[in-house]
Amino acid sequence: MDFLIFKAPMLMVQASLDGILLGILFALIAYGMALQWGVMNIINIAQGDLVILGGYIAYTMYLVGIHPAWGVIVSPIIMYFVGVLLYKLVINKVVDRDLFISILATFGIAIVFQQLMNFIFGADVVVAQSEYGTTMLFDNSVTLPNSKIFSACISVLYAVALVIYMKKSRLGRAIRATAQNARAAKILGVDTEKVYAATFGINAALCGIAGALISITLTLHPYVGLPYTVRSFMIVIVAGLGNLPAVALSGMGLGLFEEFADYILGTEFRIGAVFMLLVFILVYRRFKLSKKREYLK
Amino acid sequence: MSKIKQKDLILYSGLIIFGLAAPYLFSAFKVQLTYLCVLIVLAMTWNLQGGEMGYNTFGNILFYGLGMYLTASVQVGMFFPLAEWTESGGEKTFVHTTAQYFQGIGVGLLVSAIVPAVVAGAIGYAILGLRGHYFAICTLGLGIAAGEIAGGIEIIGAGQGFTTPPFPAEIVDTEARGKFFYFLSFALLISTFVFVKYIYGSRFKLILNAIRDNEDKAEAMGIQTMKYKITGWMCSAFFCGLAGGIMGGLIGYIDSTDVAFDGREMGVFMVLMAILGGKGTLWGPVIGATLFHLFKEGLWTLILGWQYVALGVLIVVIVIYFPEGLMGWLREKYPERFGEVIDEKDRKAQVELK
Repeated sequence: MDFLIFKAPMLMVQASLDGILLGILFALIAYGMALQWGVMNIINIAQGDLVILGGYIAYTMYLVGIHPAWGVIVSPIIMYFVGVLLYKLVINKVVDRDLFISILATFGIAIVFQQLMNFIFGADVVVAQSEYGTTMLFDNSVTLPNSKIFSACISVLYAVALVIYMKKSRLGRAIRATAQNARAAKILGVDTEKVYAATFGINAALCGIAGALISITLTLHPYVGLPYTVRSFMIVIVAGLGNLPAVALSGMGLGLFEEFADYILGTEFRIGAVFMLLVFILVYRRFKLSKKREYLK
Repeated sequence: MSKIKQKDLILYSGLIIFGLAAPYLFSAFKVQLTYLCVLIVLAMTWNLQGGEMGYNTFGNILFYGLGMYLTASVQVGMFFPLAEWTESGGEKTFVHTTAQYFQGIGVGLLVSAIVPAVVAGAIGYAILGLRGHYFAICTLGLGIAAGEIAGGIEIIGAGQGFTTPPFPAEIVDTEARGKFFYFLSFALLISTFVFVKYIYGSRFKLILNAIRDNEDKAEAMGIQTMKYKITGWMCSAFFCGLAGGIMGGLIGYIDSTDVAFDGREMGVFMVLMAILGGKGTLWGPVIGATLFHLFKEGLWTLILGWQYVALGVLIVVIVIYFPEGLMGWLREKYPERFGEVIDEKDRKAQVELK
């Protein structure tokens, strides 16, 4: 095969490092998705659009003159309230319903978000300059933007903090109890309505962090939310709900896949490859599961 | 019984006469009427899939886009080299004669009906094994992946789009193009309606409903569910492909993600129309599509720029507050009209239970 990437081993190192750093970021979004899926049993198509909105918050700070890296603190706070508001307006009406209803309803929310962001921030591709410079490795043959390393570190930091919070705090315990059995939790005095609102808020806050990091490492555009939703959905399917190490690993795996697909197939097929991978994973899962259902034959 | 039949006859013949006369009565709205026919076809075929079979798909846009590209490619490829046509400005060097144009579109539509159906059959075994929301997300991914991939293929115009053959210049009548596409789509609408109505009277519909209500039980009853699921999907794909082919000719320009595999618009519209009218009913999608189209055309220009916000809000409102749609609401209100007998005692007992 005469692909460039197989001729130059350094490109392979480059793609691997890029992929892993990117994958950690995806894992953060996927963790939010797993949280709300596990607790509230809804699939949020607007997940990616929440990410992009969080990114635009950081970008606005950059425009005002504040360093966009502060977005990782400001953006989740704003996004938490956006999430709670969204829950109060729409999500609380779909929690106990058919999953398809939640998919369609959040699809509608996604369209509204995209369009509003298009109005407010314009349809241009934007990026917030962090001016962190780059790190050169292996005799200058591998370039690594420091912003990517920064984003991976922040993601890990937040993920660890969240895990500890979920384990130790009162709200974290209430969330876990509701995920296990909402009815029993209700009987034992947990205000599940509040727990749901907080869960969705935390999910939105995670999206806000990821968005702020994306604004300095990648690019923002009002209509690129859906690929992030699909990526996080994919990671959650592969890793399962509530298994954090697996989420991190499959996130990195997805990042690697994307970078290599980028080099081998070409950039124009990158998003297509992500969606095809989703189809393949689901189909593979279906055949694997159907082996267990022998009575089908 | 015969009285109802007579009523139906009057209704159908009235609608057909209206449909045939419409382009002359509202000659300024021919394109809109063509759109309406295509939308109704899409809603009805989606309903066959999502409403009757219970497999909520976002992926029928795949067949629609496939049909669009196939019709245009065949129409060009039969007479001229396709690669040169799709190069920038290539469509100006080659000109279809009248006979070539109609031959091309005829063969193209034939291909665009058969190939999507075959594709649906080929991928059906893998995809239709998924259940519920996994199926929904998978088909969503499939539709978007198709758009992204089509946008990278050079021979069908890649990112810069594909201009479909212009209507032959030898026909002087300026109304001819609009009429041609209108009657084409109207014929498609009638054949789809007849087909779906035939299904509604058949055992096939009952099997699809059994799959929707409880697939495992249907299997236990000895129904080979996979066979029927694939057949159902192939029927949808057949008509979606045709609708796409007609739309491609009407719009005159194919873009991979904005026109053909337009999951963000058409792909959602068909779901929305079927739900608005009422899933799992014969007339629901027809009414839903008509209302939706009226709403869209009436409001779109008034709220310029905000139409997608309105669309998103509309989706949320419909899905949350009217998941049963218009027909479902009517059915709840006037159950006798739908031939349902309500046991008053039983109903009261149920209310008390709640």
